[in-house]
Amino acid sequence: METWNRFVFTFFNADIAWRYWPTIVEGLWVTIAAGLLVVVTGVTCGMLLASLRTLGIRALNIPIILFVDIFRALPPLAIILVIFFGLPNVGIVLPSLVVLWTSLGAVLAAFSEEVFWAGITSVPPGQWMASRSTGMTFGQTLFHVILPQAVKLAIPPLTNRTISITKNLALGSAIGVNEILGQANSALSMSSNATPLTMGAFLYVLVFAPLILASRMLERRYQWGGH
Amino acid sequence: MDMLIQEFFNFQVMARVWPMILAGLIQTALLCAVLIPIGIAGGIGTMLLATSSHRALRWPTILAIDFFRSFPPLVLIIFVYAGIPFLGLQVPALAAISVAFFLNASAYFGEIFRAGMKSVPKGQVEAARSTGMTAGQTFLYVTFPQAVRNVLPDLLSNTIELVKLTTLASVVSVPELLHSADLARSLTYNSSPLILAAGIYLLVLWPLVRIISRLEHRLR
Amino acid sequence: MLMSSSPVASQGFLLEALQIRKTFGQTEVLKGVDLQVKAGELVFLIGPSGSGKSTLLRCCNRLEEPTGGTLKLNGTDLLARSTDINEMRRKIGMVFQSFNLYPHLTVIGNVTLALRKVMKMPKAEADARAIENLKLVGMAEKALSYPSQLSGGQQQRVGIARSLALNPMMILMDEPTSALDPELVDSVLEVIKSLRDRGMTMVIASHEMNFARNAADRVVFLENGLVVESGTAEQIFTNAQHERTRQFLRQVRH
Repeated sequence: METWNRFVFTFFNADIAWRYWPTIVEGLWVTIAAGLLVVVTGVTCGMLLASLRTLGIRALNIPIILFVDIFRALPPLAIILVIFFGLPNVGIVLPSLVVLWTSLGAVLAAFSEEVFWAGITSVPPGQWMASRSTGMTFGQTLFHVILPQAVKLAIPPLTNRTISITKNLALGSAIGVNEILGQANSALSMSSNATPLTMGAFLYVLVFAPLILASRMLERRYQWGGH
Repeated sequence: MDMLIQEFFNFQVMARVWPMILAGLIQTALLCAVLIPIGIAGGIGTMLLATSSHRALRWPTILAIDFFRSFPPLVLIIFVYAGIPFLGLQVPALAAISVAFFLNASAYFGEIFRAGMKSVPKGQVEAARSTGMTAGQTFLYVTFPQAVRNVLPDLLSNTIELVKLTTLASVVSVPELLHSADLARSLTYNSSPLILAAGIYLLVLWPLVRIISRLEHRLR
Repeated sequence: MLMSSSPVASQGFLLEALQIRKTFGQTEVLKGVDLQVKAGELVFLIGPSGSGKSTLLRCCNRLEEPTGGTLKLNGTDLLARSTDINEMRRKIGMVFQSFNLYPHLTVIGNVTLALRKVMKMPKAEADARAIENLKLVGMAEKALSYPSQLSGGQQQRVGIARSLALNPMMILMDEPTSALDPELVDSVLEVIKSLRDRGMTMVIASHEMNFARNAADRVVFLENGLVVESGTAEQIFTNAQHERTRQFLRQVRH
């Protein structure tokens, strides 16, 4: 019983929860805002890059593929640290939130380019021919015929990727972004109690569990059409 | 331009910190050598539970998979590493991250294997059972190999994710590659050690990324 | 050589399935079906789709668990708890409509898998046995190909070799030719005919009426989970007793 009380006191302490609730909710808003920024810019850039790749220009494709490969291979934390600690020494000082946003945005752009490109290449070539034969331009064909089909194929794998990359927002705590984990961490050291961490964890699950469930439903509808 | 090279590609600095980086690399390699096999084993176990015919096993497992998929691994690490000591227990950093990575990897690998098993047609089981093979033999020789083959790109890609995940150990001061590089950076006031570490990650993971792209386009 | 396991059946029947019932949820697919097969006989199961032919075959090796009835192979009670069903399944070959070859194994790998894992045969012996049986179906040259490189007819012949290699007492075939392009059907039927000539006991669910007429010893007409009529091929095709049988035969002929 003693152990149990201690456990509750340490991880589920109502007083502490009450006191630090506002601080941690502040972190929640930062996480949500940063998450939206990352998702919107990452997915948009990814689709843009995939569209550029359809032009089939070598000078364009090589840098795109290079960018995609590098950001798929590098650990996000390594990218964040290089940008956060390196750029100030060459005279570029970015707020830590911007560093987090650009790093994760670039990673998501790389992964979503790959997913969109896979979607585009799996649309049968006959679709291009049919569309061009009706007099539509290359751009019209891409936007009205190819991309709608590609996006449909891309949605399930893209959702999974987006979720797992957005979860890296917690890495912001390592460079002082006051998102949920950062806030919970400082509350933990101020209160000498682990309850703020429980609250932070709870909020993360609150944000991501619905997304995971949504991705499951999507997958069921598309029957694991990911690859 | 000089400033950029001085800051990011300073070979003198890189040479000076190389022993530190190498020690970190070895630590990372050891971490991967332990985490990848237990992650895959955990994934297979999770898949067996999640595809079990007993509801009482299946549903809690699927719930756990979704829970750990929606839990940022860093939060898990911090929770184990910083939270548990308040109970009066000492948790070594290595144990904390191992537990966190095991839970995370089991969930992701489990989900991938589950999708793989689902992709094997039912007729395969019937054919195998009709020749007298037991359920275990059927799994081992017929359905599981096909499942692995069908989700090979996902398995490889999750393995890469796991290698990348080991960098999180730096947050709790495990002296792995990224942590050593960051330490070297703070000692030299120069970012070249970080670039060196990033270069090592690229060197190892880039070929794998290429292989996955190839496999994905071939399977499609 | 091939039919070395010449069975001595109780009361002359190799397979004796009596009053077999099978329910899926609320629907009763088999409502007490008798199927008795003598050694060396070729029995054809005919009937409209959904009549229960496929379920009956699957019940015979307990890929589907019968909900009632008795089932004996060569006198051994297949439904008894003490019976090792895996041991018995080896003696009842099965050939599937969709072939169900293992796509990750070569042709010879498909044939040898059960030989090695179930019968624990050494590799060399299993390979020799496999080649011997692949020759019987004309597929020995393709031993190292993968199923995806074969036509449907070739895949089905490998499927037959796979069950044949286990030296079964009998083979169940579930619509072995319905998934094939018309020009590939004959190659498979020829193999079945050669098996019959060698005395293999077979139960075949099929719509190949012409073949049934020429090759079957007995024809069983199944509808709505019940045997409507059974008799020699001659009796059923030229002198069916039941109006439903005649009606069905008229339909499939058109």
